[in-house]
Amino acid sequence: MVALTPETDPTPDAVAGGPRQRRKLTGYWLILPTAVWLGLFFVVPFYSLLATSLFDPDGSVLTGYDVTYHFANFGHALSEYWQPMVRSLWYAALATAFCLVLGYVLAYAIAFRAGRWKNLMLVLVVAPFFTSFLIRTLSWKLILGDNGWVVDALQTVHILGSDNRLLATPIAVVAGLTYNFLPFMVLPLYASLEKIDGRLIEAASDLYASPSRAFFKVTWPLSLPGVVGGTLLTFIPATGDFINASLLGSPNQRMVGNVIQDLFTTTGDYARAGALSVILMLIILVLVLFYIRKAGTEELL
Amino acid sequence: MSSVADAPAGGRDLCLTGLRKEYPNGFVAVQSLDLEIPRGSFFALLGPSGCGKTTTLRMVAGLETVTAGSITIGDQDITHEKPYRRPVNTVFQNYALFPHLSISENVAFGMRRRGVKDVKGPVADILELTELTEQANKRPAQLSGGQQQRVALARALINRPEVLLLDEPLGALDLKLRRAMQLELKRIQTEVGLTFVHVTHDQEEAMTMADTIAVMNAGVIEQLGSPTELYENPATTFVANFLGQSNLIGGSVVGVEGGADGQVKVDMEGTVVSIPVERAHTANTVGTKGWVGVRPEKVLIAPAGEPIDAPGNHMTGAVIVDSSFIGVSTQYVVRMPWGREMLAFEQNTGARGVLAPGTKVDVSWRPEFAFLLDSSQDIDAGLGEA
Ligand SMILES: Nc1ncnc2c1ncn2[C@@H]1O[C@H](COP(=O)(O)OP(=O)(O)OP(=O)(O)O)[C@@H](O)[C@H]1O
Ligand SMILES: [Mg+2]
Repeated sequence: MVALTPETDPTPDAVAGGPRQRRKLTGYWLILPTAVWLGLFFVVPFYSLLATSLFDPDGSVLTGYDVTYHFANFGHALSEYWQPMVRSLWYAALATAFCLVLGYVLAYAIAFRAGRWKNLMLVLVVAPFFTSFLIRTLSWKLILGDNGWVVDALQTVHILGSDNRLLATPIAVVAGLTYNFLPFMVLPLYASLEKIDGRLIEAASDLYASPSRAFFKVTWPLSLPGVVGGTLLTFIPATGDFINASLLGSPNQRMVGNVIQDLFTTTGDYARAGALSVILMLIILVLVLFYIRKAGTEELL
Repeated sequence: MSSVADAPAGGRDLCLTGLRKEYPNGFVAVQSLDLEIPRGSFFALLGPSGCGKTTTLRMVAGLETVTAGSITIGDQDITHEKPYRRPVNTVFQNYALFPHLSISENVAFGMRRRGVKDVKGPVADILELTELTEQANKRPAQLSGGQQQRVALARALINRPEVLLLDEPLGALDLKLRRAMQLELKRIQTEVGLTFVHVTHDQEEAMTMADTIAVMNAGVIEQLGSPTELYENPATTFVANFLGQSNLIGGSVVGVEGGADGQVKVDMEGTVVSIPVERAHTANTVGTKGWVGVRPEKVLIAPAGEPIDAPGNHMTGAVIVDSSFIGVSTQYVVRMPWGREMLAFEQNTGARGVLAPGTKVDVSWRPEFAFLLDSSQDIDAGLGEA
């Protein structure tokens, strides 16, 4: 969310009118576009989502829908779809963890070791965005396909049995999520690693810290803002993602995003779909707040 | 970390032999350094900006690879030792304090890395010594420049390294605090008996603090010695001009009288002056060209014809062209008969008033205060760089 606070004056001042007064108003004028934008595209849809989640579950396209404050929608949605919900959180957590490991190594290499290749490597990180998300996930379907070279190779070295497959397994879905959200991890990590003064690492080694100690005592803590930013940017969209599960998985890997999509488009059960969306949002909100608290980023950011 | 643990308490001598640094871009920052720094001494590396002081320190700390030569502490060769294994700590020119740690954690960093369990006592002591007790729980960003500098000092000192490298540690302080910290540093050094290698481009700082000064210029050591030695008997024009001021006058050797403690006779623009042999840094064969040097405060002047209390090198026919009274002394610019100007500083003892410009004067100095430098050196070397 955008947190734009108008410039507040530390000294409460009785002088009315004049330039001071005008300066105060400028702050409000500046947030006006953002406020209008947020009102149109956040508050209104959010209100309509909340309303939908409280629809009468017996309504239909023909009979129309009424907001009946039917809170039981939440209970029903949860009891029926808790499995995809938990699965979503789990897959997203796994993908975030993999992204963090891969992304950290990559961002570290770009920030400290790439030399004059730095810019090229950054462009390469962003390059996948030039093709559509959908196309990229479809190509993963080809790569991990039953007759693809990955499965063939794994079968040859007997990591996969001859009738085992990658597609339609949790592995494929988590791999897809990891791949698709990796740039969201790399960029914030790079931004905060890049800012670290190399002389601090030198100071650490001058003060008896071996390279690994210097990393955990200096580099890692100083990169925490990037870690927090990256994990949030990865975890939140990954939890709600439905493309990876529908293209790379099977009904057994259904995530909550797939369920919501089905309920809205196929079943037409708006009430339950809305309730599920609100629940997902609340869970993420609570997790994120808890996480930020824990990581103590107020001080770091 | 063995080297840290077995270091004998008293410390050992630091030796740099043929040390050279060539940066990857081909720039040679340090030519070939030979230095022997006795343990427990306060050693100053003095030189103008860009002469390679920081590079030298970084090689000793292990933060820069050595192109050629070796670094030893006692009989332990640390030329290629990892920085975290060297019994050496650095106070960085830019402090390099850890922004995410409190002041006390910054100071405790080295001890914790060496596995010392109880750091509370030593940290409190060193914070007390550097007058930072009040700041213990703050972050570096919340301190003033001078306070940050003291944290950097405390963070290195607490480890009692055999050699403490200080890279212009007082550079950011105002004059008053700077003087106070100079005394404090010197006191700490005497108290703990560690070897301090102090880098500075402030000659006054080097002279007040150091036992030994090495004057460095363009990657080479110009001269090494005690502050008085360097000042009284500079060996190169760079040292003569960089450390204080000097009058340098061209001349050529006409003969040598006596043996090792004899006098070199130099014809200086028609006047023959004598210079003790141990102060003549030239070949001393007849005909050798050289620069006769004398410090301005050693030059005595008197109105023409009046006696001057200095036996020896005596010249007549000079004229005062400028005199400036600055309280403790008067600084005269005197035009010599051969056209060049000389500086003469006269203590304001009250024996005589200020001589006005235009006054004809005689000039003299005691032979034992003059020195003779190689004429192949640039007469203006080191001017305006201090
Ligand atoms: N990484 C590098 N690559 C190439 N040249 C360098 C590098 N670091 C320093 N130099 C050059 O080496 C020379 C010596 O640098 P150094 O930092 O040792 O100077 P210094 O004596 O400490 O000067 P100052 O008093 O300004 O700190 C300078 O001319 C500098 O430009
Ligand atoms: Mg320097």
